[in-house]
Amino acid sequence: MPYQLLRFAMRKKYPEPRMFRSPDKLRDEYDVVIIGGGGHGLATAYYLAKNHGITDVAVLDQGYIGGGGTGRNTAIIRSNYLTEQGVAFYQRSVNLYADLSRELDFNLFYTKRGHYTLAHSDASMRTMRWRAEVNKHVGVDSEVVGPGFIKKEIPQIDLQCGGHQPPIVGALYHPPGAIARHDAVAWTYARGADRHGVEIHQKTKVTGIEVRDHAVAGVHTDKGFVKARKVLSAVAGWTTHITKMIDLHTPLVIHPLQALVTEPLKPWLDAIVVSGSLHVYMSQSTRGEVVGGASLDPYELISMRSTLDFAESMAGYFVDLFPCLSNVKIMRQWAGLCDMTPDFSPIMGTTPIRGFYIDAGWGTYGFKATPVCGETLAHTIAHNEEHKLIRLFTLARFGRFELVGEKGAASVGH
Amino acid sequence: MKLLTCPINGSRPIQEFTYGGAVRDMPAPDAVNDEQWGDYVFHRNGYPEVKREWWYHTASGVWFIAERDVVNDVIVRTYLYSKGND
Ligand SMILES: Cc1cc2nc3c(=O)[nH]c(=O)nc-3n(C[C@H](O)[C@H](O)[C@H](O)COP(=O)(O)OP(=O)(O)OC[C@H]3O[C@@H](n4cnc5c(N)ncnc54)[C@H](O)[C@@H]3O)c2cc1C
Repeated sequence: MPYQLLRFAMRKKYPEPRMFRSPDKLRDEYDVVIIGGGGHGLATAYYLAKNHGITDVAVLDQGYIGGGGTGRNTAIIRSNYLTEQGVAFYQRSVNLYADLSRELDFNLFYTKRGHYTLAHSDASMRTMRWRAEVNKHVGVDSEVVGPGFIKKEIPQIDLQCGGHQPPIVGALYHPPGAIARHDAVAWTYARGADRHGVEIHQKTKVTGIEVRDHAVAGVHTDKGFVKARKVLSAVAGWTTHITKMIDLHTPLVIHPLQALVTEPLKPWLDAIVVSGSLHVYMSQSTRGEVVGGASLDPYELISMRSTLDFAESMAGYFVDLFPCLSNVKIMRQWAGLCDMTPDFSPIMGTTPIRGFYIDAGWGTYGFKATPVCGETLAHTIAHNEEHKLIRLFTLARFGRFELVGEKGAASVGH
Repeated sequence: MKLLTCPINGSRPIQEFTYGGAVRDMPAPDAVNDEQWGDYVFHRNGYPEVKREWWYHTASGVWFIAERDVVNDVIVRTYLYSKGND
C-alpha cells in the first residue's frame, strides 16, 4: 500500500478540507428555503446565489445530501428525447454538464461514451427514426444505425440475443451520451452554494408548510419553524408527503426503480447500451463494474426494497445481450423512489400557492437534468415566473390537457 | 416469492397478476367542467397509506380488489367487487 495513503488513514484529524459547513442551528428566517438536498435542490441553491445574487438561502434535507435518487441512479446523461421541447431542455443540461467539472473545480468523471438504444422490431425502428429526426432538427447528434455498425463498435454483443429474444435490427445511436459520478455532483453543487453563503442543513426534516392568504409563510421542521418568503420543494420520490401538507393535487405515483452492479472487470464496454424491448440498460463504470437497470417495478410502492426477481431477470437479459457476462458475479443491488407522471415529463415551476415552487415528476430520468433544473428553477424563483425552457412543464398543464409525451424516449428507466 | 390471494383461484405468485391502479369514483362527465374532469383523469393520491386497488389475475381473467399497504407491500385483504362494498 502506498505510504501516503497509510499516513492519510492514520491521521487523527481528517486531513482534507470539508466540502461545506454544517451550521449547528437553523436561523429564524431565510429569503428562500429549499426542501431536499438532492442534486436538484443543491443546484438551484448554487444558481440562485451565482446567477441572481440571492444568498440568504437554506437547503434542508431529512437525511444526508445525495442520499435520495441523486446517489442511487445509474448516472446516464443524454438528450435524445422525443419532443422538441424535451430535447431543447435536456440539451441545455448536457451543455452545462460538459463544462461542469471546470465550473465547480472538481473532477466529476464526466465521460462521453456513446449511447445505443437497441431496436428489436420494425415498430421500435420507427420510433428510433422519429427520435433521430427530431434530434437532428434541433441540432442534437443522433442517428439510426444498422446491426453491422453495432457489432463493429460493440464486438461482444450477441445480435441474435442467444435466440431467446427477437434479434437486434438496428439502434438509435447518440454519440454525446455520457456518464458522470453522481455523488460528486451533489457534493460540488453543495460546495459551490456554500461558498456563496448558502446554508446546508442535513438531518432536518420538513414536517409542514405554513400558508397564509394563499401565500407561503415558512416551513415547520423537526428543529422548529423557519420563516421564508419563498419555498421550493425538490424532494422527488417524497413529493407526495409535501403535496399532502398543502392539499395540492398532482398526478404523481411513486414506484421503485432497481439497479445493480457486477464485480469490477477490466474495461471492455465503452458504450451505454439500452434495450427498450428487453427492459434493460447497462454501462461499465470507471471502476470497471457493469452497472445495470431495468424498467420501473410494476406497481405502486413507496419503499426502497430490492427483489430477487429483479436480479434474476436482469442477469438473464445481461447474458442474452453479452454472453461473456455469464460467469460474472453480481456484487450489489439497490432501489430508489421514482415519482412518475403520466407523460414521463417533470412538473416544474409555480403553484397555486404564491411563493411555493415545485420540482417533481423526475421519475427515472432526473439525474441528467440536474444542472438545467438548477438553472431554470433559480430563474423561476428569482423572477416568480417560469423560465422559458420549463413553461410546458407546469403543474397546470394537466388541467388544460396539454401533456408533453416523452414515454417513447423515457420508459426504460434512465 | 411474493404471493397474492385471488378470491377465485387462491394464493398465487404475484407475477401472475397485473396491477390496475387505485379504485376511484368517476364523476358524471356532464356535471363537471374541464378542469374537474382533468383532475379526475390525471391526478392521483400518491400518498403512502393503505389503498384499495384493482388487480387482475391474468391467467384466468379475474378482476378483483386488494387492500394493500403501499409502504411495506403488505396485502391486507382481497375480495371480488360488488356494488355496496365500494
Ligand atoms: C435506480 C435508479 C436509476 C436511475 N438512473 C438514472 C439515469 O441513469 N439517468 C438519469 O438522468 N436519472 C436516473 N434516475 C433518476 C434520478 O436518480 C432522479 O430523478 C434524480 O436523482 C432526482 O434528483 P432530486 O435532486 O430531484 O431528488 P433526490 O436526489 O431524490 O433528493 C431528494 C432529497 O429530498 C430529501 N427529502 C425528502 N423529504 C424531505 C423532507 N420532508 N424534508 C427534508 N428533506 C426531504 C431526501 O432525503 C433526498 O435527499 C435513476 C433513479 C433510480 C432510482
